Amino acid sequence: MTPENNDNWLYEISSKKSAFDLNLKEVWRYRDLLILFVKRDITTVYKQTILGPLWYFIQPLFTSVIFTLVFNNLGSISTGSIPPFLFNLAGITAWNYFTACFTGTSNTFRSNAGIFGKVYFPRVIMPMSVTISNLMKFGIQLLIFIIFYCYFLLQGFDLSPNLYLLLFPIYILMMALLGLGLGMIISSMTTKYRDLNVLVGFAVSLLMYVSAVPYPLSEARKKLPGYVANFVEYNPLTQIIEGFRFMLLDTGSFSWLGFFYTLLVSVGLFLLGLVIFNRTEKSFIDTV
Amino acid sequence: MTILKAENISKQYRLGNVGTGTLSHDLNRFWHNIRGKEDPYLKVGAVNDRSSKAKSDYVWALRDINFEVQEGEVLGIIGKNGAGKSTLLKILSRVTSPTTGVIKTKGRIASLLEVGTGFHPELTGRENIYLNGAILGMTRGEITAKLDEIVDFSGCEMYIGTPVKRYSSGMTVRLAFAVAAHLEPDILVVDEVLAVGDAEFQKKAIGKMQDISKGDGRTVLFVSHNMASVQNLCSRAILLKSGSIFIDGNVDEVVNEYLSIDSVLYSQSFAVLQTPQHKSVYIKSFKITSEVRTGATFSFEYEIVSQTEKQVDVAISFKTYQEVSIYQIYSGHTNEILILSNGCNKISGSIRELPLIQGDYSISLWIGSGAITFDFYPTIVRIKVLEGGFKKNHIAEYRNFPVIANANWTIND
Repeated sequence: MTPENNDNWLYEISSKKSAFDLNLKEVWRYRDLLILFVKRDITTVYKQTILGPLWYFIQPLFTSVIFTLVFNNLGSISTGSIPPFLFNLAGITAWNYFTACFTGTSNTFRSNAGIFGKVYFPRVIMPMSVTISNLMKFGIQLLIFIIFYCYFLLQGFDLSPNLYLLLFPIYILMMALLGLGLGMIISSMTTKYRDLNVLVGFAVSLLMYVSAVPYPLSEARKKLPGYVANFVEYNPLTQIIEGFRFMLLDTGSFSWLGFFYTLLVSVGLFLLGLVIFNRTEKSFIDTV
Repeated sequence: MTILKAENISKQYRLGNVGTGTLSHDLNRFWHNIRGKEDPYLKVGAVNDRSSKAKSDYVWALRDINFEVQEGEVLGIIGKNGAGKSTLLKILSRVTSPTTGVIKTKGRIASLLEVGTGFHPELTGRENIYLNGAILGMTRGEITAKLDEIVDFSGCEMYIGTPVKRYSSGMTVRLAFAVAAHLEPDILVVDEVLAVGDAEFQKKAIGKMQDISKGDGRTVLFVSHNMASVQNLCSRAILLKSGSIFIDGNVDEVVNEYLSIDSVLYSQSFAVLQTPQHKSVYIKSFKITSEVRTGATFSFEYEIVSQTEKQVDVAISFKTYQEVSIYQIYSGHTNEILILSNGCNKISGSIRELPLIQGDYSISLWIGSGAITFDFYPTIVRIKVLEGGFKKNHIAEYRNFPVIANANWTIND
């Protein structure tokens, strides 16, 4: 073999890999696969069900009704001039997108072990496709929200979104990044020891209560003990939910500091997740 | 040009269960790692021998594998179950990474460890072609360009708009193989996926494999237990044994070596048989009294014990290593009259020109009379036929004929 041949290797397969070698070029090469996975997820979820995508409507509606009954009627939490039902629907719609991304990606390695064990493609395609296909579910649920929004508007409620609505795409992105980042971390950490999986199940439902979903942040500041209120306030998810309601319903508070803090945390967690995920993908199949 | 190069590839696996016991090892490994020291468990580990008792918590599924593959070469990888073939394939296809060592490649590798990876039962045939193709590394454009060809090859045109869950299992496999067969990577890694479908489809699949390797000059790494297809497709082979390369060389030599790993008895050996004494006629021993060479005289000798005076027929049949009966000598063919006397008889015989090409065969012995069997040994001895008077044919299409005969030839007569 001639010496110049030595330098022309297209790629190497070895156990060592730099932590920051994220192989984004490869991900781009497989973009068609990403699209096909998204298409697969969307078209196959409700095959052979009678109500089909209607199921997307039912879950947030019922949850909002229950929340309104429990928190607003029984617990008499005030939502200001906003109808409590709409207030809850807004929070739940946003929260659902986050949890769908998070729980959908948190078992990536385990649930795809069959396919990952047979063929190579950049593993990160899988969680990315989950996040994107959930966007469609989110879109449908947002549509319901808009329908009810119009309904309450016709009823004479004083509702108006504000200029911050321009930040809407960034909020979506932050939710996706947070869900994806956390999901990838959990997924990587549960390939060998599965203890965390048990935790994830109930932690997600508990997390909702400290993320200001069924109540405004101002109520938390007023009624909760200081350290809990602080926890709720610095929870990036609270910031997202609160911001989401602020731009759609013009209720609650918004601060650029909180916004950038959340953006930073989301991007940071996402990058951390990506690095951990990339480290794990190389040989997880031996321990899964 | 060298297109792929494996340097010191090793793979270590842990034996037993994942549990609290593994946690202490993991913590220890982590502790060594942050201090910049080497993994302490890399020094231990048993040789990959499935049947021996485990002495260590770790096993080396592969140990120091080195090889190079030239562009356009078709390399066969053979070995017994658990020799490390699949582990090597998994590393080559980047499903898992080696514990130590590095594989360098100049081309894109596509692997076929299974047909139909990622098929979704709810999607139609056409949708699954796209999905499966993309999983295997094709782009949408490439698939669209080949869609008609794929559908045609699979022979499932009628069902292409129907969900795959309605397919018969054979149809699913045909469709899946059709997609895989139209991959165009620089290096194709194939596990034993040819053993699918009906006879007609298998033939088609092997033909396609030959096209890929010979016609298109693509590099193929092929793992199989079917020696005939390995010999058919490959020019070179690697024999793995207990996680290491046992030999690496010309496909015929390696295949022969593989087949002889476990053979106990060989030519020139003397077989003393244990026969229950209550049989009225039995073979006491069998011995080959000549050298075993292709085209040369093959002579043998029996000892046969009989209780009475009796007329018998004897037969010897030759089988290939795949247990295919190919050649028989039988005293009845030529109305030979052999009459045993009471006690121990010696029968000897010979074949003037042994019509078997060099390689490994097994011999079975029969003694009886007409349709009655007195004594029978399905596989009594394995023989290795060596080079001799008949020259081996190196033309690919002709080299798989085990039986060859002398003939008279004339030219311009």
